[in-house]
Amino acid sequence: MTDLTRLSLAAARDGLKAGKFTATELTRAHVEAVAKARALNAFLKETPERALAAAAESDARLAKGEGRPLEGLPLGIKDLYCTNGVETTAASRILEGFKPHYESTVTSQLWRDGAVMLGKLNLDEFAMGSSNETSAYGPVVSPWRRSGSQGIDSAKIVPGGSSGGSAAAVAAHLCLAATATDTGGSIRQPAAFTGTVGIKPTYGRCSRWGIVAFASSLDQAGPIARDVRDAAIMLRSMAGFDPKDSTSVDRPVPDYEAAVGASAKGKKIGIPREYRLDGMSAEIDALWMKGVEWLKAAGAEIVDISLPHTSHALPAYYIVAPAEASSNLARYDGVRYGLRKPGKDIVGMYENTRAAGFGAEVRRRIMIGAYVLSAGYYDAYYVRAQKIRTLIRQDFEAAFHAGVDAILTPATPSTAFAIGEKGSADPVEMYLNDVFTVTVNMAGLPGLVVPGGLASDGLPLGLQLIGRPFEEETLFSLGSAIEQAAPKIEQPKAWWA
Amino acid sequence: MSVDQATVRRIAHLARVAVEDKEVEHLQGEINAILSFVEALGAVNVDGVEPMTSVLPMHLRMRQDEVTDGFIAADVVANAPEREDSFFVVPKVVE
Repeated sequence: MTDLTRLSLAAARDGLKAGKFTATELTRAHVEAVAKARALNAFLKETPERALAAAAESDARLAKGEGRPLEGLPLGIKDLYCTNGVETTAASRILEGFKPHYESTVTSQLWRDGAVMLGKLNLDEFAMGSSNETSAYGPVVSPWRRSGSQGIDSAKIVPGGSSGGSAAAVAAHLCLAATATDTGGSIRQPAAFTGTVGIKPTYGRCSRWGIVAFASSLDQAGPIARDVRDAAIMLRSMAGFDPKDSTSVDRPVPDYEAAVGASAKGKKIGIPREYRLDGMSAEIDALWMKGVEWLKAAGAEIVDISLPHTSHALPAYYIVAPAEASSNLARYDGVRYGLRKPGKDIVGMYENTRAAGFGAEVRRRIMIGAYVLSAGYYDAYYVRAQKIRTLIRQDFEAAFHAGVDAILTPATPSTAFAIGEKGSADPVEMYLNDVFTVTVNMAGLPGLVVPGGLASDGLPLGLQLIGRPFEEETLFSLGSAIEQAAPKIEQPKAWWA
Repeated sequence: MSVDQATVRRIAHLARVAVEDKEVEHLQGEINAILSFVEALGAVNVDGVEPMTSVLPMHLRMRQDEVTDGFIAADVVANAPEREDSFFVVPKVVE
């Protein structure tokens, strides 16, 4: 039998339906691949027994012709999604041992549709990071390596972050697709770094209920998959109205898969001149221009646009996101769940618990957040940043009002870097990774990243498409046009197994 | 704007995170690096701009004022580091 882990999610779905193999065989192949890939540290927790039990149930349903949309398809779940009875840590010491007694809405919809959970995936602690190096349980290693470095001792490359475990597991064929979350680029930057496809949907499209909160006005759930069609299939099950999330939007979920392969003819694509940064690598610029050519060849019309407040998005994000994080993370106090360290009084207990439980990056951000929200600084920092956020959204609204259907940009300012290479001296160096993605969260828009090819160092590069609110279908259609035109990326050989 | 070491200690206390004396100088450097990164925002003209309060235009939904959940005290306290029956146990706060 062919290696079932090489199939796309869509091909596995169709193969199960046609009876070419069973869900148990498909799941077992993935369980074995996961067990052999521990050197990548992509999974924080493997749940093979649960996976095989779910697969057996799927086989029974498939035999009766009662297969659901994701019946028997093995997935990885970012460990930011609460899973009933299965430890959920957000990659933090402070939540070690936490077993939720409830299920996040998004994962409950995946199980409703018949999907199989292989385990929980590593991430940056509380999703704060761009390299997966802030995880309390060690960094994730990308399956990708720089060209010419084939030895086992060669530099280990980061998969990006915060959804680094999701991106690495999908790129290494450990699961058919994975859930992820995106607050400033945490789906799209790792997708770009690993040659995979990731979409951050419109704010409100997926319920945030049961997902450990980082910055509530920016957080959105979305999938990482190996191609555009698979991402579309995943999003259809993940999206939908949830009365338990007051920012969830009550509108029907389209059949996103139907948009894959739809014509790009006549679509107007904006190229924002502010995304051409000083000192940007020639390779990134060349890929961007190739993206323009590919969409033009597919029948799209290309227009230059201006998003004048772009350069303020990242600094404003580093006020808004830490402010919301400091408020959201106030709940980790050693009382209701997770770690507790005694102190001389109750405040001492809070302070000792949080000092022991939070890593350096999380501590830094909640301190920045406490500062920008504190008396005397609130107006100068927080209110000003929220005003700038309005200006950023107005930039996009003006472009869309002028008839632009989607905006094409690079996904990242560079290819993936090596573990330990960035941000150790200055945290801002790491933050710059999100320069192209963070505007999308600030404005609540959907953003899709698709692979564009390999750079001269042998590592993947991605392109980003930004859409109008709730027009994810346009992104899937344009993304599939780029996917058709771009050179095929061969996923890395399993050197870790 | 930059912070001094006393401010670093004050922020740490506001954030309820214990910091050791030897960490203060390092934290001061990191926080000041971030504050200098966001400094440029001070020059942006925001006259007459409303701060964003809702990411996309949406209004809060109303629902019937009725009980929709509850009677799950055992689930609520199940993960507590210290509990007694259905109560969280904390250090004494009232003398």
